[in-house]
Amino acid sequence: MSSAALTDTVSAAGVDWHSDEMKARRRARYASDRRLQIYGIIAITFALGFLAILVGSLTFTGYTAFTQTVATIEIDLSTAKVDPANIGEADWRGIVRGALRAQVPEMRRSDERKFFEMFTSSAPFLVRDAVVDDPGRLTGKSSFTIPMADPVDQLAKGAISRDIPENQRRINDKQIGMYDQLVANGVISKPFNWGLFFNADSRFPELAGLAGAISGSFWSLLVCFVISFPIGIAAAIYLEEFAPKNRFTDLIEVNINNLAAVPSVVFGLLGLAVFLGWLGLPRSAPLVGGFVLALMTLPTLIIVTRVSLKSVPSSIREAALGVGASKHEAIFHHILPLAMPTVMTGSIISLARALGETAPLLLIGMNAFITSPPEGVFAASTALPTQIYIWADSPERGFVSRTSAAILVLLAFLVLMNGIAIFLRQRFERRW
Amino acid sequence: MNIMSEAAVEKALDQKMSDANFKMVGKDVSVYYGEKRALFDVNLNVRKNTVTALIGPSGCGKSTFLRTLNRMNDTIEGCRVTGKITLDQSDIYDPSVDVVELRARVGMVFQKPNPFPKSIYENIAYGPRIHGLSRNKSDLDQIVENSLVKAGLWNEVKDRLLEPGTGLSGGQQQRLCIARAVAVSPEVILMDEPCSALDPIATAKVEELIHELRANFTIVIVTHSMQQAARVSQRTAMFHLGNLVEENDTDKMFTNPDDQRTQDYIMGRFG
Repeated sequence: MSSAALTDTVSAAGVDWHSDEMKARRRARYASDRRLQIYGIIAITFALGFLAILVGSLTFTGYTAFTQTVATIEIDLSTAKVDPANIGEADWRGIVRGALRAQVPEMRRSDERKFFEMFTSSAPFLVRDAVVDDPGRLTGKSSFTIPMADPVDQLAKGAISRDIPENQRRINDKQIGMYDQLVANGVISKPFNWGLFFNADSRFPELAGLAGAISGSFWSLLVCFVISFPIGIAAAIYLEEFAPKNRFTDLIEVNINNLAAVPSVVFGLLGLAVFLGWLGLPRSAPLVGGFVLALMTLPTLIIVTRVSLKSVPSSIREAALGVGASKHEAIFHHILPLAMPTVMTGSIISLARALGETAPLLLIGMNAFITSPPEGVFAASTALPTQIYIWADSPERGFVSRTSAAILVLLAFLVLMNGIAIFLRQRFERRW
Repeated sequence: MNIMSEAAVEKALDQKMSDANFKMVGKDVSVYYGEKRALFDVNLNVRKNTVTALIGPSGCGKSTFLRTLNRMNDTIEGCRVTGKITLDQSDIYDPSVDVVELRARVGMVFQKPNPFPKSIYENIAYGPRIHGLSRNKSDLDQIVENSLVKAGLWNEVKDRLLEPGTGLSGGQQQRLCIARAVAVSPEVILMDEPCSALDPIATAKVEELIHELRANFTIVIVTHSMQQAARVSQRTAMFHLGNLVEENDTDKMFTNPDDQRTQDYIMGRFG
């Protein structure tokens, strides 16, 4: 094209490209491009902003739960009368109280009760269990870590202010004085709260942890995966590749799409009626939780799998059939492996959704108060979201921060699972 | 044989042709897609060790006919075939016919190169493996090599058999697909516009290959290019609006066709 053609303002068809009208028109088109872009940026900013607020506020209220105020107390067990053959029968309450009492020698007898309240009420059991684990401690002095009770923990973390009137706080002035003395003695510290991950639930915030909820969620998801993955893929393959297209399969398809949109609480009711009512399976069991979550996950999984099977180019199917592969060979040797990255991603994302699902688990009793992690799929258990629900309902101050911490743990698992989904997808894709 | 010209050989071969020498025979073949009829009572015979070209404007039914020959149409929802098609005198639409065996005997090469997203070796080895054509690994290696040699690709890929087939150029991919079809030792190879996605150099190579393959295989090729039909085929069939207009020796077809529509199409008056 010559330069003359570009500078010509009137084209052969009589259109004046340089007229004001045309220029304004082009400007308007560019402007609408820019507007669209700005809308997009605003939307993303909103989304990220709310995410930041969510995570920020959770972290702000939850971070204190990741440490726990403890007292490290030296106890000399060589002078205590403990029968090594029968450690459990010893007077652990007396032994522990004696050791604690020694920290504040000048304390009056009438204040003792208030003083002992400052330590977790399970202190004797913790010391006993530590000695059972290591009987060598009986021969001499050794130090034991005793978590402080919730009000002291909150005081140490600044959640209870010393300025508010004594009758409005759960820790009185005398206790604050004794706490200060313990600090002066150097026995108080705030280590990382491993108990949050390794303890099961407890009525006492200082002892409550997520171990039961995490393993309950693990078992539930395992059951959910074992059931929904094979059934979902098989159903999707049948519907996509083998089923005749008729009124009946149309009906099935519509129903599956509808099931994917059914509120999860309905699946919970179904599980309650069928698994607990008819089949008499144990209440609160991860097995039943897994069943219910599988019911909820299946429609999504079937839809995802069908879409991913559909997205494999038909040329691959034709290539396989063209060399004489049978239908199932074409599917299992070529189409399914190519669809697998998407199927994996889809199933992990639907498992992540199942991990966060609360309502159906509440209905089958996975919100029970259970103080030991489940030993299998039949044992009573909670799950992460129901544990959050239980803690959020608890009045103790320590559970406020623990609720936020538990939500952060749940979010961490979700991020981890989605990360695995992305990793798997990329890895599989690299293979081809 | 040496002293006979190629044309003379061709003629001698033609004379020996009887009905028994037709590899595939289509009799009153009609195809329906749901309510729509795509082919109208086509009678077309495919001769042994001959390249038969199917030509005609877009939508004339030539690809549809090609796909009836190895029942690839079965995979299309709502597709129905009537009439009779035989392979070596036996009806391929008989309910007792095993489609897997049929497709092993009547291989296919598609318009767009469609290698499996696997290694070059796996692409070729897949067919022989599912049909159990090799007893052991060295057998299979031999089949892979022979197929690639027949497809004229061996020298280009012998050092990278384990690399993905999708990493080859378009022309190489199409020859890989031909090698894949050849590997199952079919009797007939169907080609659906095998060169339409290739550049002229790759096209020339594939055409040359078709020429060589004729010695061992019966080939039916759909093409949009008149020149290609003239170059590679011995027999040509012209389709129009779902009807077979004319089927003749390629030479005659392009010089002195019997039907006016053929004449018009070849001259570029429609299509």
